[in-house]
Amino acid sequence: MTSILPLKLSNIWFRSREGIPLIKELSLELDAGTRTIIIGPNGAGKSLLLRLCHGLLRPTEGHIKWQNNTIAQHAQAMVFQRPVMLRRSARANIDYALSLHNVAKAERADIIEEVLQRTGMTRQADAPARVLSFGEQQRLAIARAWALKPQILFLDEPTASLDPSASHQIEELIQAIFDQGTKIVMTTHDLGQARRLADEVLFLHRGRLLEQAPAETFFETPHNDLAQAFVKGELLWWKRGEGPRRDPKHAR
Amino acid sequence: MRILASIALVASLMFGGVANASDFITVASTTSTANSGLFDDILPKFTAKTGIEVRVVAVGTGQAIRQAQNGDADVLFVHHRKSEEKFVKLGYGVKRYDVMMNDFIIIGPTADPAGVQSTPNVTEALAAIYKGKANFVSRGDDSGTHKRERGLWEEAKLDPRASGNWYREAGAGMGATLNMAQGMGAYALSDRGTWIAFKNKQGLTIVHEGSKHLANPYGVILVDEKRHPHVKTALGQKFIDWLVSKEGQTAIAAFKLKGEQLFFPTAH
Amino acid sequence: MGDMTAALSTAVELIVSLDPHLAEIVGLSLYVSLTAVIISTLIGVPLGAAVSMLRFPGRKSAIIALNALMGLPPVVVGLVVYLALSRSGPLGVFGLLYTPTAMIIAQIILVTPIIAALSRQVITDLWSEYDDQLTSLGSSHSRAIPTLIFDGRFSLLTAVLAGFGRATAEVGAVMMVGGNIDHVTRVMTTAIALEVSKGDLALALALGIILLSISLAIGAAAQIFKDRSELRNSS
Repeated sequence: MTSILPLKLSNIWFRSREGIPLIKELSLELDAGTRTIIIGPNGAGKSLLLRLCHGLLRPTEGHIKWQNNTIAQHAQAMVFQRPVMLRRSARANIDYALSLHNVAKAERADIIEEVLQRTGMTRQADAPARVLSFGEQQRLAIARAWALKPQILFLDEPTASLDPSASHQIEELIQAIFDQGTKIVMTTHDLGQARRLADEVLFLHRGRLLEQAPAETFFETPHNDLAQAFVKGELLWWKRGEGPRRDPKHAR
Repeated sequence: MRILASIALVASLMFGGVANASDFITVASTTSTANSGLFDDILPKFTAKTGIEVRVVAVGTGQAIRQAQNGDADVLFVHHRKSEEKFVKLGYGVKRYDVMMNDFIIIGPTADPAGVQSTPNVTEALAAIYKGKANFVSRGDDSGTHKRERGLWEEAKLDPRASGNWYREAGAGMGATLNMAQGMGAYALSDRGTWIAFKNKQGLTIVHEGSKHLANPYGVILVDEKRHPHVKTALGQKFIDWLVSKEGQTAIAAFKLKGEQLFFPTAH
Repeated sequence: MGDMTAALSTAVELIVSLDPHLAEIVGLSLYVSLTAVIISTLIGVPLGAAVSMLRFPGRKSAIIALNALMGLPPVVVGLVVYLALSRSGPLGVFGLLYTPTAMIIAQIILVTPIIAALSRQVITDLWSEYDDQLTSLGSSHSRAIPTLIFDGRFSLLTAVLAGFGRATAEVGAVMMVGGNIDHVTRVMTTAIALEVSKGDLALALALGIILLSISLAIGAAAQIFKDRSELRNSS
């Protein structure tokens, strides 16, 4: 299989329907073989960036290109913060994803057994997916993505709604998928998680990519002052001298 | 869905057969004959004898004639002589047979505010209603009864539609019209058969009857197969022959409701 | 009030005695309406889903038309079907007028827009939940349609029930194309209309009570079925 990476974004703008720019002038390159973690405060555009890369959204301006302009839909997968499970059994949910990827029926059973086993979901395989706990549903979502053997896996705050032990299980699974050669691109607001998983960090603020750096550099000596403040846990708007009313949380 | 489907399947097995009953004819007739119960009484006798099922579609005379003209009935059985003769003349029907008659009556509130009961004939009766501006409900549906009622106003040289809102056109069947008359304490022209069979009479009574003018003859006509080749001529003619036969006429005379004879044979 | 109590006791009497004539009328009502609703479902649900999911020229107009057709006056439908099926009409050769089939056709025309319009809404709502996930898994809009119909089956059942309610309650169209012929095309609603015109308001009301009870029973059965299955699959 030819590699779809690196992924190149050049001068991306994304505007809401009302014309408000949410991603501004963003260029970056994502290479194979690393775990890229996207961090930044709420409303920075982390999820938007993932969705743009994954092809769920189209940029208003700019280009998103996979290596050799490959049509890469079937070589990627995404896990959402709140997984959407179809109203059928856990096993059937994975089978459904495989059928969308045109995997022959005969091959599916083995793949499903393998990912169920790796995610520890074998016992729940025949339960309706929607009655599983949140943690189990997220593991099933990972199993479903894993079954597709993607070259790149996007994860949008996959542990945001989970308790620490469930989060830990998810992190281990992400590591296992990465170990098999899948590029990981993940957003998180958990700095500890970012430190544990990241090879490379992207720091987003108000729709702009302020820093892209190897994890070590980023956490030791971030170039950007806002990134510095963020890493230290300081609230960002104070640095800019703007009132707390501008905080997206309060604005809602 | 599976449950619904199986119910429908069972239902179709049970009732699907009905639609395919072997020999039947469709008769376009009037509400007055159907609602009085006449057909329920005499048709089984005909079916028992011949094995022919008679399906009656009961509407106003005007609509019944249009249905027959469209070829949607084999036999027309209505009560407006002029329209019937026109139907035959235009080539839609083969021949008109006299079958039976009853008569029209004027019904109204028991209090009789317009003083109709003291009038000697139908012309005077209508004039009393007209003068008193008493509520009057007309069928208004181009039925035989409606046509007859309009004829009676004309003979009395009165135009009720031009003189205020006491004259109401219901645009409904006989029964619905009687319900309205009952509800608003109004006068109305009705055929006697429907009136006797009608159950919602509270506060209403016959205020005028017996005028010569009020005879109500019924005729039966076979739809002409030259117009509509699919018409079941043989079966339809069998039905007509039976109606005008001694046996059919006796059956009509024998039909009684609450001890009263409703229809009087006229074929012989 | 006299009519009310008389109606109630008549209704009870008819049900308890299992009146065969009544049973025949109820059976025919169910046969006509269930057949119409099943066919309308087979047409309406995919139609509603397609209008919801597919982008084609005239889609907006199609949505407006579907919503407007929900309010089709039954008498108009009856008239159109009558004119089409009449011996003088384009489909006259089939001799369908005054048969249960004619009534089924009329009810399909009445019910399909209801099921389609409500299905469109159900599918649209479900898609807003599923959009990202299914697109991410590589599903196209058209490929998503059967998935959404399957996953929305319990909500769609409500749309089907709404259609069934319309079918059983309707009188104008079936009266016109069925003719209310005793033993052939007489259903609950036309029987009620007939009894009203005979002035037998108590019997008419009794039949009305029975019709209402049947609708309630079917609605309740569907609801129980829906609740049980939803419980099994969670929501």
